[in-house]
Amino acid sequence: MKRLVIWAPLAAFVIFFGVVALQLYRPDNREHPSQFVGHPFPIVQLPAAASSRPTFTATGGPRLVNVFASWCVPCIAEAPVLASMTAQGAVIDGVALRDRREDVDAFLAQNGNPYRTIGLDANSRVQLAIGSSGVPETFIVDSKGIIRHQHIGAITEGDVPDLLEKLRAAQ
Amino acid sequence: MRRLAPLLLLLAPLPALADSTMPKAALADTQLPDARQEAQAKALMESVRCLVCQGQSIADSDAELAADMRAMIRERVQKGEKPEDIRNWLIARYGDWVSYKPVLDTATAPLWIAPLILIGAGVFLARGRFRRRRR
Repeated sequence: MKRLVIWAPLAAFVIFFGVVALQLYRPDNREHPSQFVGHPFPIVQLPAAASSRPTFTATGGPRLVNVFASWCVPCIAEAPVLASMTAQGAVIDGVALRDRREDVDAFLAQNGNPYRTIGLDANSRVQLAIGSSGVPETFIVDSKGIIRHQHIGAITEGDVPDLLEKLRAAQ
Repeated sequence: MRRLAPLLLLLAPLPALADSTMPKAALADTQLPDARQEAQAKALMESVRCLVCQGQSIADSDAELAADMRAMIRERVQKGEKPEDIRNWLIARYGDWVSYKPVLDTATAPLWIAPLILIGAGVFLARGRFRRRRR
């Protein structure tokens, strides 16, 4: 028994070292999903971000809320995918982050306008209120105004079926 | 110029991705007139993690989101909100991860309790040794 006990500290060290090494070699995860999924989308008054669309409202049926910006490069790649989603019946409301109206207008003129409404979030208040940390991000909001899902990063063709399915489930 | 623009972007790919051209929010880098409130806000800013530069506090970070978070914190402290309430508001949205202030819960309990247990075990071992020597 005593012989075995002598090895205990070494065994403890090996286990400790193994756990540390394993965690060190795990790839870094820099994505931190919003903890606000499952909570109601905050009701906020935002000015309209584009001259061709009314401003964002916190109510209005199941929809996607897309946080984007005219200065955001991945948003350009995302624009045609969003357009294909509206073509398939999805409703998309936009929140333009730290942006100017004329810049948003130019962005929409160049990349298309898939949005029903667009609000201008000049100082990130809405972004902070929903636990989002970058652009683009997309939230699925159900008919009761509850946030049901968060998609981090640009939506690609491959994400569309899954997101449309989640949007249907949010009826 | 339009054709040249993507090439110019290649020269500075990161700022093009991460930055708007907007000026910073009013209170992002301006202290509150009330020194006590500013001290409260500053203490909170130093213990809230930046969501963009993830190793830095928002007091240290140059990211635009950090500037907007500083502005929000100063505004809310100015309105009389308690710093800990603002911290909890952020934790509700970003998780414990956003706060540098260590919490005691089931996941972190071993970190708090283990040193006490180890010290206890050390005292117990040392006591046995001292006794033997006295004999």
